[in-house]
Amino acid sequence: MSLSPAAGPVPAAIGSGGTAGPPRDRRGAGHSPGRLAWLRLRADRTALASGAALVLFLLVALAAPLIELTYGIGPRDQFQDRLDGFGLPLGRAGGVSGEHFFGLEPRLGRDIFIRLVYGLRTSLFVALAAAVLTSVIGVVLGTLAGYLGGWLDAVVTWITDLTLALPFLVVALVLPPMLTLRFYGQRDTVPAAFGVGVLIVIFAVFGWTGTARLIRGQVIALREREFVAAARASGAGPWHMLFRELLPNLRAPILVSFSLTVPQFVTGEAALSFIGVGLTEETPSFGRMIYQSLEYLQTDPAFVLFPGVVIFALVLAVNLFGDALRDALDPKSAG
Amino acid sequence: MTDGPADEAGPLLRVRGLTKHFPVRGGPVRAVDGLDFEVRAGETLGLVGESGCGKSTTGRLLVRLLEPTGGSIEFAGHDLTHAGRRHLRPLRGQLQIIFQDPYASLNPRHPVGRIIAMPLRVNRIDPPGGTRARVRELMERVGLNPEHHNRYPHEFSGGQRQRVGIARALATEPRLVVADEPVSALDVSIQAQVVNLLRRLHRDLGLALVLISHDLAVVRHLCQRVAVMYLGRIVEIGDRDDIYHRPQHPYTRALLAAVPHVGQFGPAGRLRLTGEAPTPLDPPSGCRFRTRCPRARERCAVEEPALVRRDGGGQATACHFPGPDPLPAEPVRAMA
Amino acid sequence: MDPYLRVTDLRVSFPTADGVLRAVEGVSFAVEGGRTLGVVGESGSGKSATALALLGLHDLRRATVTGQVTIGGRELVGRPETEIRRLRGRNVAMIFQDPLSALHPYHRVGRQIAEAYRVHHRGAGRGETRRRVIEMMDRVGIPQPDRRYDQYPHEFSGGMRQRVMIAMALVNDPALLIADEPTTALDVTVQAQILELLTDLRAEFRTAIVLITHDLGVVGQAADDVLVMYAGRIVEQGHVEQVLRTPQHPYTSGLLASVPSLRGDPEADLRPIPGSPPSLTELPTGCVFHPRCRHAGALGDRCRTEPPELRVVGTGGHRLACHLPTRERARRRAEDTTRAGVAR
Repeated sequence: MSLSPAAGPVPAAIGSGGTAGPPRDRRGAGHSPGRLAWLRLRADRTALASGAALVLFLLVALAAPLIELTYGIGPRDQFQDRLDGFGLPLGRAGGVSGEHFFGLEPRLGRDIFIRLVYGLRTSLFVALAAAVLTSVIGVVLGTLAGYLGGWLDAVVTWITDLTLALPFLVVALVLPPMLTLRFYGQRDTVPAAFGVGVLIVIFAVFGWTGTARLIRGQVIALREREFVAAARASGAGPWHMLFRELLPNLRAPILVSFSLTVPQFVTGEAALSFIGVGLTEETPSFGRMIYQSLEYLQTDPAFVLFPGVVIFALVLAVNLFGDALRDALDPKSAG
Repeated sequence: MTDGPADEAGPLLRVRGLTKHFPVRGGPVRAVDGLDFEVRAGETLGLVGESGCGKSTTGRLLVRLLEPTGGSIEFAGHDLTHAGRRHLRPLRGQLQIIFQDPYASLNPRHPVGRIIAMPLRVNRIDPPGGTRARVRELMERVGLNPEHHNRYPHEFSGGQRQRVGIARALATEPRLVVADEPVSALDVSIQAQVVNLLRRLHRDLGLALVLISHDLAVVRHLCQRVAVMYLGRIVEIGDRDDIYHRPQHPYTRALLAAVPHVGQFGPAGRLRLTGEAPTPLDPPSGCRFRTRCPRARERCAVEEPALVRRDGGGQATACHFPGPDPLPAEPVRAMA
Repeated sequence: MDPYLRVTDLRVSFPTADGVLRAVEGVSFAVEGGRTLGVVGESGSGKSATALALLGLHDLRRATVTGQVTIGGRELVGRPETEIRRLRGRNVAMIFQDPLSALHPYHRVGRQIAEAYRVHHRGAGRGETRRRVIEMMDRVGIPQPDRRYDQYPHEFSGGMRQRVMIAMALVNDPALLIADEPTTALDVTVQAQILELLTDLRAEFRTAIVLITHDLGVVGQAADDVLVMYAGRIVEQGHVEQVLRTPQHPYTSGLLASVPSLRGDPEADLRPIPGSPPSLTELPTGCVFHPRCRHAGALGDRCRTEPPELRVVGTGGHRLACHLPTRERARRRAEDTTRAGVAR
């Protein structure tokens, strides 16, 4: 080595006795930006609380059959003997008791607690699946449009505008019955999975535009950064560019947009089921429960209260966690 | 390393009539408009000028981040002017670039070891002893602690980040490095460290260096030859001593006079330029400098001066009325 | 004459996640009308935080500012916002590094200067205001001011925009002008023009100017006095010729030796200051410069443990914060010069 230490540049002083210490944070080696975000997230109380709530919701949804087993009541079991002559549950607060934690549905006499557990399962499955699909479509199209530019960008932008121009409600109202008719005819019974699938597809078709636009903008900004030019000047091909240089820098926006779309789809599923185009009667779902409960707003208010509170808590937890995640990933946006 | 055919004989880099026009509304921006110069192996050339003179565009053309509109770039005997990615690939390793901004030029999501190894990986080069050993050696060479190869850019100071950028440029053992304002984003006390490092690398590795800078003092410490640019053109080129001690072009002289010198107090010298450089969208007719030139005469508005050698030396000047003598008796103000 | 601006023991700190960031630590100085004080330092030296404190521009929810800033006999620190605002623009004005971001892109340049004027001259009529603005634009060297009055910022070049900023700053005849890196974004030939303009205006209007810069050359060209700041503290202070010709502090002389220049031997290596400036949340003990100082070992542990005070050396108000005795410093400097001479 020809560098004479006397005249040479002083070797980087990181951690070496802390003399002319470089900026910030000297805990061990190699804090990646992702790890720093994790540390920030762990120090955030809102993130911890909402994260814990989310984990709880997820566990409940996953363990629904197990809960059914220990609870001893299935989502379709009816308890007509616990209803009065008008079909309203006997007892206080909609029939809340040690046996039926959240009481019973009027008329059918099904257990609200276990239906909520399964409703959560449906809701989270639809929302997560739709969010994953949305992110994949959005990231692929956004990245290609932003990185390659030119006619591809023009086409993607055009499709985005077209999608945004489509009336969501009209399509959501018309499409499921049409598809059902096409695949099952007038009389056949339609499996619950079909309704769920259609819902997910509708959400994905309408949901990807936001992610695609965000990612496209990010990629265009990144493309101008000098580290991308450095890779290009070294002869990097498109594969290296996209997967080594760009994608690692897109993790934060992808996570954030994912966390923003999930609650959107939770409420979306509830809203569609509420107006009667979402899921079929058999599938336990928040939207359908609230829809049915409206009839009993006067006579059995507990029926609207329980699903309402659970969906509110779920959406709030996802949103709070999403905000905390955004702040942790990009500390500048905080406060 | 593969040796080019015209290795020993000709210059390493030969640029002829290099032109880059950017299409914008209102006609092309003539960012670079006909440059001729050469860089021999192991030689350092400085490109100086003010903002908008086209020096950074030139740097990006040389490493083919941009494609020239006209003219030619020949590197180690290969014509790079319109070469595609596949054709350029074997040459990329020999021709590298260092950027100005030590924050934007490093991928924030990669540890510096991976950043430095990027050119090796992209070109599928497996250096003797392995990539890891090569990264260690490079980090030591640029004055970084090799133990820190798994740290991320945000954990380094500006000067250290610039060293990472330099190590990356050196990874493939290039023969020519283009350095675009490598110290201007750094603090004063750090600039000297990086200037010394570049000098040492040039000396020890026999690198050819094209240094792009607005700072005449930095160029003076790093470059054997200097080209002064104005509005997309070279107005004067020559050896360091000629440019700094015997400048012939009025612009070179004004530029040198405008640099504040620490040992000099009160307002700068008499050779004050008025106004600012016109836009490269619509450069003046004839000599492009005439609108600010204290010597401009009618001829300057009509006829564009060629870059011609004076008295057989290495110094060439593009001026109808060159020379170090005082202003001519009756300066005629050119119409703007 | 009483100095127009007097700063006593100014301290600015920000609480951060990594601890308290001490941006300015006990800075005192004074500027008289018609004089320019250059404040030099690198990033993190506290020069910009000092400038913002002079205008009361720190966000007091995030920053703690203590000490005294007296402008024209009035105390600024701790005064309510409304009172400070009256001072700003009227008595104190500021120009920034980037004139483009300081100008509103959609408003005509003349109107923006006129607005600055009207804020403090409520009674001024349209015609009078326009006359005043055009006169000011002319004074700062904007050609054809009556035509350019109605143009937008994007129609001006970088140097012309900075002239607009200066016109806007001076339209109310402020007694104190704070210029934060006013020429850093400009080309050298334009920088020379702007510095000359500032020097002329100072003489003409008897304005006190605080010129903040990282460039020692700019200070030499445009300032009368200079403060050298390092890690939030003043390390050396005095008349500009005195400080730049015979720098006493190892940081100042190190900085001067490390700057590439148009004179001297171009083949010799530059002599950089080793290391980099400290983190402001983890300042070194004792003298903040000691980890980078070549002389720190000469006095045993003293530089490492005891912060040096800013004290007068020699004549003409030259002040210095260094433990090394003057004679010893002179001897070492002489040694350096001979060594450098031999090396050439």
